[in-house]
Amino acid sequence: MALRGDKVTLAHGGGGRAMRDLIEEVFTSVFEPESMEDQARLMSGALTEPGARLALTTDSFVVDPVEFPGGDIGKIAICGTVNDLAVGGATPLWLSAAFIIEEGTEIALLKRIVATMKVEAEKAGVKIVTGDTKVVGRGSADKVFVTTTGVGVIPPGRDLRAEAVQPGDVAIVNGVLGDHGAAILAARGDMALSTDIQSDCAGLGHLMAAVAAACPGLRCARDATRGGLASALNEIAESADVAVEIEETALPLRTEVKGMCEILGLDPLYLANEGTLVLFVPEEEAEAALAAMRSVPEGQGAVVIGRAKPKGQGPLVTMRTLFGGARIVDMLVGEQLPRIC
Amino acid sequence: MKYAEEFRDPKAAKALLAKIAEITDEIGATAEKPVYIMEICGGHTHAIFRYGLDKLTPGGVEFIHGPGCPVCVLPMARVDECVEIAERPEVIFTTFGDAMRVPGQKKSLLQAKADGADIRMVYSPLDALELARRNPDREVVFFGLGFETTTPSTALSIQQAAREDLTNFSVFCNHITVPPPIKALLDDPHMMLDGFVGPGHVSMVIGTHPYDFIAEDYGKPIVVAGFEPLDLLQSVLMVLEQIRDGRAEVENQYARVVPEHGNPVSLAAIEDVYEMRPSFEWRGLGEIDKSGLRIRDKYSAFDAEEKFGIGYAAGERSVEEPEGCACGQVMTGRLKPTGCPQFGKGCTPEMPLGALMVSSEGACAAYYQYGGARSSEVASEPAE
Amino acid sequence: MCLGIPGQIIEITDEARLMALADVSGVRREVNIAPVLTGEIHDLIGAWVLIHVGFAMALIDEDEAAATLEALKGLGEAQETLEAMAEGAKALEARA
Repeated sequence: MALRGDKVTLAHGGGGRAMRDLIEEVFTSVFEPESMEDQARLMSGALTEPGARLALTTDSFVVDPVEFPGGDIGKIAICGTVNDLAVGGATPLWLSAAFIIEEGTEIALLKRIVATMKVEAEKAGVKIVTGDTKVVGRGSADKVFVTTTGVGVIPPGRDLRAEAVQPGDVAIVNGVLGDHGAAILAARGDMALSTDIQSDCAGLGHLMAAVAAACPGLRCARDATRGGLASALNEIAESADVAVEIEETALPLRTEVKGMCEILGLDPLYLANEGTLVLFVPEEEAEAALAAMRSVPEGQGAVVIGRAKPKGQGPLVTMRTLFGGARIVDMLVGEQLPRIC
Repeated sequence: MKYAEEFRDPKAAKALLAKIAEITDEIGATAEKPVYIMEICGGHTHAIFRYGLDKLTPGGVEFIHGPGCPVCVLPMARVDECVEIAERPEVIFTTFGDAMRVPGQKKSLLQAKADGADIRMVYSPLDALELARRNPDREVVFFGLGFETTTPSTALSIQQAAREDLTNFSVFCNHITVPPPIKALLDDPHMMLDGFVGPGHVSMVIGTHPYDFIAEDYGKPIVVAGFEPLDLLQSVLMVLEQIRDGRAEVENQYARVVPEHGNPVSLAAIEDVYEMRPSFEWRGLGEIDKSGLRIRDKYSAFDAEEKFGIGYAAGERSVEEPEGCACGQVMTGRLKPTGCPQFGKGCTPEMPLGALMVSSEGACAAYYQYGGARSSEVASEPAE
Repeated sequence: MCLGIPGQIIEITDEARLMALADVSGVRREVNIAPVLTGEIHDLIGAWVLIHVGFAMALIDEDEAAATLEALKGLGEAQETLEAMAEGAKALEARA
């Protein structure tokens, strides 16, 4: 019954006893799904409320390195999908998890990843109810890729949409920007930089629940993952047909992240986050939103960074610089590359 | 950050801007008849747009963005040669991130990487040296790119490789020098420049005297400047004061980093490893005499051109720049980026036609990203 | 061109190869100190240098930095005085 060897081999994907042993010892013994059927059968009281809606989201996770300061791919896989549900106003309830594993991956690594997923799922109040594993040949994947699909319930009457943002609305972030991107850059080691920066990776379900309860007028929220805050703001502005102006002096940035950006010539507005969201609320609810956000650990650093304005002929998102100049904050082009010039 | 954030104080910026406006008036410069100041260095171009300085200075001061961006002046043929080296199976090609997206005739380094070439972005030539130590069975080539600021780093790396007898390390040398293109610009009868903001980090290596000819032979003011916004504004003010007083001098605003005579260790390393090429091709400016460096014969074991029989070592070669690309005219200040018919249409940061749209220091990319192009649409007033 | 940033030397890591650890706002990187080595190598610990592509390219001159800042500060204060005077004059006009 016990797994033989300490690395995943193609036999673990073959459908036989080795596969069953891997799944039992590494996955189901930890996730403890209610049944071993191929499907999860779901029921929740929240679903039966008239006007309640189901929310469904899916995301694939690849990260190099798979373990980094502040988390691992398992943590991102849970938090990322929980956050995609949460920022849409849904209460996250169930997740599926599928793993594509590269031949030769250490079983101990898989166990660590699965353990993190268990912890994060419990924190977020979601259950991992079904899953899948595949093993591919060496070089066909980078250690492990994880896909999580999440199901949540949106309570009656809640309708968060970027289109709802109006001129005058206030933009708020829950904390410092760019920690994840900077932590990953350092962890990769290509640039030989060392820092104490940790990924900001965190589930934002409780934060969203707190804000939604405190701000009936909450317009929308977006987690600022790939492409950073700049991309999230551009997407919202485009959907809402408004302009957004942010204040350079208001942006919360860790000193080390600033340092990393100065060294590599990067713009923190484009660095990835895994536990940072931006939300828009009507001005009169801004104080309530800030208070609600600061009442949960993930929102301690909540701060107003700008506001929506009527759309003009100009660019969608602009930033007032340190001394009043204005600069365009465009969508990211391709990938941000470190530079020396 | 010490020595950086103090030079971003909005109060002092406001005072500098008031002074700049005052002297611009005194000189009688207006938006219709502006004073043309060239910031030679691409880093300055980047800072001007990043902090929106172009919109805070009066209409009577117009910035002309100079040729001081090594990526932007790199001719297409050199990119092709990089790709050719990188695609050799035994090669690990190392480069600064800046050069990854520059289009070659067929592809950029980023595309070559996607096609399977082993190309790695590094922060320092020291990292390439380390790769060579760790991969004795591979040829590690470093793409030596940049002006005098960066030249000492590859010179010192080659010296180190020689000391360690690291024979699987070589540099594809594309180092260029600042003064010759400035002279070429000043010799251009169409040039209307009134003064220069000089490159601070180049000058920490070469000192301030290499610019003497600008003041002495051409009668133009030049102020060597730092890279923080207050450094730039103060330098612009110093240039304007020279113009007002009818002076033409080499002044040093960036004395905290730039010694008058430069850095002796760096200069010695450059002298030991490199020699002038008879001429070197600049994108948009053509071949300029004595403007580029090559690796001396005694270090030819570390010269990728010699090792792979490529580039100037392979004899004459010339590649036409892409049709419709006006990078050359923009770089010489004859055309604003927005004046190029391809700007934002056939040439965007996603699909660049010319190098000025690729590098974050390129005038076109800066216009596109930071809104110089769309500046009239961005309302802007000095902060209180 | 040429991104350069101020950092502080905190440790000599390889005397033979002239390598030292530099700190930039809490981010650390090994840099080559050949260009700034003028005396005893350990005297560089604590020194502020200008870093470019992994090399300490120049020692930052504290006195020169202070002088530049002093001049800038003077300008800022003069500007504030001017503005205060302008405000005062406006207030007087408004009253008149």
